[in-house]
Amino acid sequence: MTFAFWLFAVLTLAGGLAAVLLKNTVHCALALTVAFAGLALLFLDLDAQFAGFAQILVYIGAVAILVVFAILLTRGSETPQEGVFSHNWFAGLAIAAAVFAVLAWAVLASAHVLPHEAAMPTVTVAQIGQALIGRYVLPLEIVALLLTAAMIGAVIVAMDEKERAK
Amino acid sequence: MIDTLDQIFVLLKHWIVSFLPGACQPAASVVISVAVIVVLFPLLFALTTVFERKGLARIQNRIGPNRTGPFGVLQPIADGIKSLTKEDIVPSSADSAVHFLAPLVLVVAVFMGFAVLPMGRNMALVDMDAGLLFFFAIGASTELSVFMAGWSSRNKYSLLGAMRAVAQMISYEVPLLMSSVAVVMITGSLSLNKIVAAQNQYTFGLPHWYIFTPWGLAAFLLYAIAATAETNRSPFDLPEGESELVAGYHTEYSGFKFALFFLGEYLAMFSISGLGTTLFLGGWSSPLEVLGWVPSWFWFFSKMMMSIFVFIWLRGTLPRLRQDQLMNFAWKFVLPLTMLNLFVTALWRFLGDGWERWVFCTAILVAAYVVMGRVEMRAEHFGPRRYRYAE
Repeated sequence: MTFAFWLFAVLTLAGGLAAVLLKNTVHCALALTVAFAGLALLFLDLDAQFAGFAQILVYIGAVAILVVFAILLTRGSETPQEGVFSHNWFAGLAIAAAVFAVLAWAVLASAHVLPHEAAMPTVTVAQIGQALIGRYVLPLEIVALLLTAAMIGAVIVAMDEKERAK
Repeated sequence: MIDTLDQIFVLLKHWIVSFLPGACQPAASVVISVAVIVVLFPLLFALTTVFERKGLARIQNRIGPNRTGPFGVLQPIADGIKSLTKEDIVPSSADSAVHFLAPLVLVVAVFMGFAVLPMGRNMALVDMDAGLLFFFAIGASTELSVFMAGWSSRNKYSLLGAMRAVAQMISYEVPLLMSSVAVVMITGSLSLNKIVAAQNQYTFGLPHWYIFTPWGLAAFLLYAIAATAETNRSPFDLPEGESELVAGYHTEYSGFKFALFFLGEYLAMFSISGLGTTLFLGGWSSPLEVLGWVPSWFWFFSKMMMSIFVFIWLRGTLPRLRQDQLMNFAWKFVLPLTMLNLFVTALWRFLGDGWERWVFCTAILVAAYVVMGRVEMRAEHFGPRRYRYAE
């Protein structure tokens, strides 16, 4: 628990809280990006270079932009006059608490299951690349195929609307 | 003597650091390197602005700035004082916090890219195992700052400019990444130092730069196109097309914040030229073996400034593209060619050392270029613009 860890943890939590509590939707999206950046820094703090950079490249470079575009291109991006809390906030709180409890239990229990993992394993980007192309090449290809199919599907859906409008 | 000159900056840093107590030496070493980067590149930016204005003026048969100092070389100082003393106007409807943060985020993100560039022998700030990945990850986060600037200004020109910029940057980031992957495939490493070391070899006194191979030349040209679009330079400067959008996403910025955007744009040009130099033009290695005695940092910076000159030359020569041409070019021409180039690179890697690989790889690339160009020109209907989604 170094100083850097606490700094990044506070940054991540502050970003997450702001994403929930702010009223303007675009502000929420930007706050979410801060949380993404905090997570990336936490990965880098743990010497997980690939995970950290992939987090920045995918989440800050692509997902945040996607979120922002989705907000701007759909209606209802105006700031609501009354509060942003929905009526059934209690159910949401209960579900969030349950998810948190399960995750916390899993993380805490992992120390008992894997007691000899005290030494930090050093995994380089080259090793990850070799594993992806070697041992895990089939899952990688399946994921690639799935993503391509999803992309083609999205394009077809967008084109279909235009045809019907004519 | 030659080695001393080559390593003069490294030795100078060690000499300065040696005066400090042992405990803070590693930190001081990093701080000095960062300070040099943060000072050097803005100075280079000031130099480039006057270089660009003079160069453009020459192309357009004008004289250019010639009032401040001899031949107008003090013009950037006058510009700097002007932008520092100008009133900083924030529109009353603007989102002041985001409006303030956008230029800062841009400049900080762009500066971070310089951390991994090897600017000479032993002159990379961080020798990172995943240097290339770091560079692209940081580069991707500048898009958000462009959006922040455009959205927070509450101005339709700003927002349109930001939307154009983000769409363009996302579209051209794919070919930018994919053309660099070819280099990674041959070198087998994401470390920029190793990529330079792999090119720093000579046969008959000529260097092993990747640009001198068929796949390398193709990748370099595709990289150059994508880099021009990524830095929003002419002919891809639609996000700030003056005739349509006033100034794009920084329309509502004045004074020093505008200067920061200007700085960020040029720094992005420097860093992307530096990366192109590192990947394809041999980084700090000399172009001929007999010129090995010239300091390595000289080669890096002269190659980078040559790329900047090409940027300026293109800006003075080419007309601006239209938005649909820009997108069609990215997705229907540049991206398929980059994909094909990855295949050709793999072929090059596994065909052995003979002459066959030169013939095969060149033939495939030239044939693809000619066929794709012909087919797409035939499919192009010259006439009024037709929109598919926004009619």
